[in-house]
Amino acid sequence: MTAYLKLDHIDKTFTRGNATTEVLKEINLTIEKGEYVSIIGHSGCGKSTLLNIIAGLTRATTGGVLLENREVNSPGPDRAVVFQNHSLLPWLTVYENVKLGVDKVFAKTKTRAERDAWVMHNLNLVQMAHAKDKRPSEISGGMKQRVGIARALAMEPKVLLLDEPFGALDALTRAHLQDSVMALHQKLGNTILMITHDVDEAVLLSDRIVMMTNGPSARIGEVLDVPLARPRNRLELATNAAYLKCRQRVLEFLYERHRFVEAA
Amino acid sequence: MNMPATKMDIDTATPAGAAAPVVAMTPKRPPRSETYARMARETAVRVIPPLVVLALLMLVWELVCRRAGSTLPPPSKVFKDTHELIFDPFFDHGGIDKGLFWHLSASLQRVAFGYSLSAIAGIALGVLVGQSVWAMRGLDPLFQVLRTIPPLAWLPLSLAAFRDGQPSAIFVIFITSIWPIIINTAVGIRNIPQDYRNVAAVVQLNPLEFFAKIMIPAAAPYIFTGLRIGIGLSWLAIVAAEMLIGGVGIGFFIWDAWNSSHISEIILALFYVGIVGFVLDRLIAGLGKIVTRGTAQN
Repeated sequence: MTAYLKLDHIDKTFTRGNATTEVLKEINLTIEKGEYVSIIGHSGCGKSTLLNIIAGLTRATTGGVLLENREVNSPGPDRAVVFQNHSLLPWLTVYENVKLGVDKVFAKTKTRAERDAWVMHNLNLVQMAHAKDKRPSEISGGMKQRVGIARALAMEPKVLLLDEPFGALDALTRAHLQDSVMALHQKLGNTILMITHDVDEAVLLSDRIVMMTNGPSARIGEVLDVPLARPRNRLELATNAAYLKCRQRVLEFLYERHRFVEAA
Repeated sequence: MNMPATKMDIDTATPAGAAAPVVAMTPKRPPRSETYARMARETAVRVIPPLVVLALLMLVWELVCRRAGSTLPPPSKVFKDTHELIFDPFFDHGGIDKGLFWHLSASLQRVAFGYSLSAIAGIALGVLVGQSVWAMRGLDPLFQVLRTIPPLAWLPLSLAAFRDGQPSAIFVIFITSIWPIIINTAVGIRNIPQDYRNVAAVVQLNPLEFFAKIMIPAAAPYIFTGLRIGIGLSWLAIVAAEMLIGGVGIGFFIWDAWNSSHISEIILALFYVGIVGFVLDRLIAGLGKIVTRGTAQN
């Protein structure tokens, strides 16, 4: 298997005045096509910074991101992001929010009618076609996040970046949406990189879990393969030995070896 | 583009589990008469109290000014003196001897012209100052000083520059109303959430698209606050400016009435000035409501 997305010796330091903080140190990671990888770590360990670097929204201090062996250092639709707080534009309808990206990405390759069909197709994928003319303020948090996912999917990204996509949702909505993302991954075979701080979520969804040490100078502490067959069912997994073992490993890493030190 | 084969499958596949039973909830429409009755009630609640207060004020005014030797006329006399002006606002006897409609429309034309200019320039400058740190550092202190200059203080200077009343009046309106538009637009632009900028970056909007699709809608509530303050200031400035430049216009009409001791006409004109100012304010507020629907609440 060849590396599809490669993080090559990424360091990130923030400088404020003459104080410099090293946030990320020596991040090396290769992700294969079609893989679902989660990055987990305590808050403040720089996992969102890492996602922003991959998305091109922040520049790495040294090192770089290679996508299909090409360096990427500016944002683009090939690495579409689903933001934690959905970030839908409130003055556009659900349809228009998805269309914004579609019009840009497929300006030359699709006709107007095809683009319209493509928007509706993606809204159908996340089961939001019924609300296409609603504005974000008129739909629930879970629905907003579905539209956010549709917007990202509609750009046909090479890598889909999820920045704590379920963080702001209640437990039931979260479970429902996790199942939806799993089904989409199964159906479309996207390469997905997800930031999370939820152990169950990471084990349930991922093929591999990247565990990060605490910052400053956060590193990749351990990478865990999740040897669970797909499709996965959360109810069956609850008693699955492999699932429980993976869960145990991540918990141990987070709560014993790299316990979160509360900043004063 | 990555995987056309899988895509075909998706196109044909309909999410079976997706179609949760949709509960149809079309509320039964209440009968027409009931709707009208409710609307009438709501209107009455809003209209009656100010009418009552107005009537009381008129009564007090009538009582106070009715005595002999009073310097101001009571409402009854105002009406008696000015009913020709009220009922025939369209006469035109040449020169400045015109109906009130013509005076108001001349003033409104000046405002429309000066205000449009200041809206365009104000939003453009506001975007510049809001977007660029260096533009803000350079221009903001200047704006803060200039905006405190009273409208009429600009008039002699603009008369000297333009050597004509009409462009001078328009300039005074422009320079009076532009500051709140600039300042509010700049605040709106600075307050565009980073999230929206990130979305634009991922979608790769070019600067022009970013301006039209993100910047202006995101800052619209602030821009309209500025525009609303601006229209109020323009109307304040035009009446004062017209008193000095003369010609047709509600400001000079008031000054002319004072010079010929037609106090009733002054009162009538003030009434119209207030009503027009109110309508202008509502107009911009209404426009803002339509344009910023959805943006204000998130």
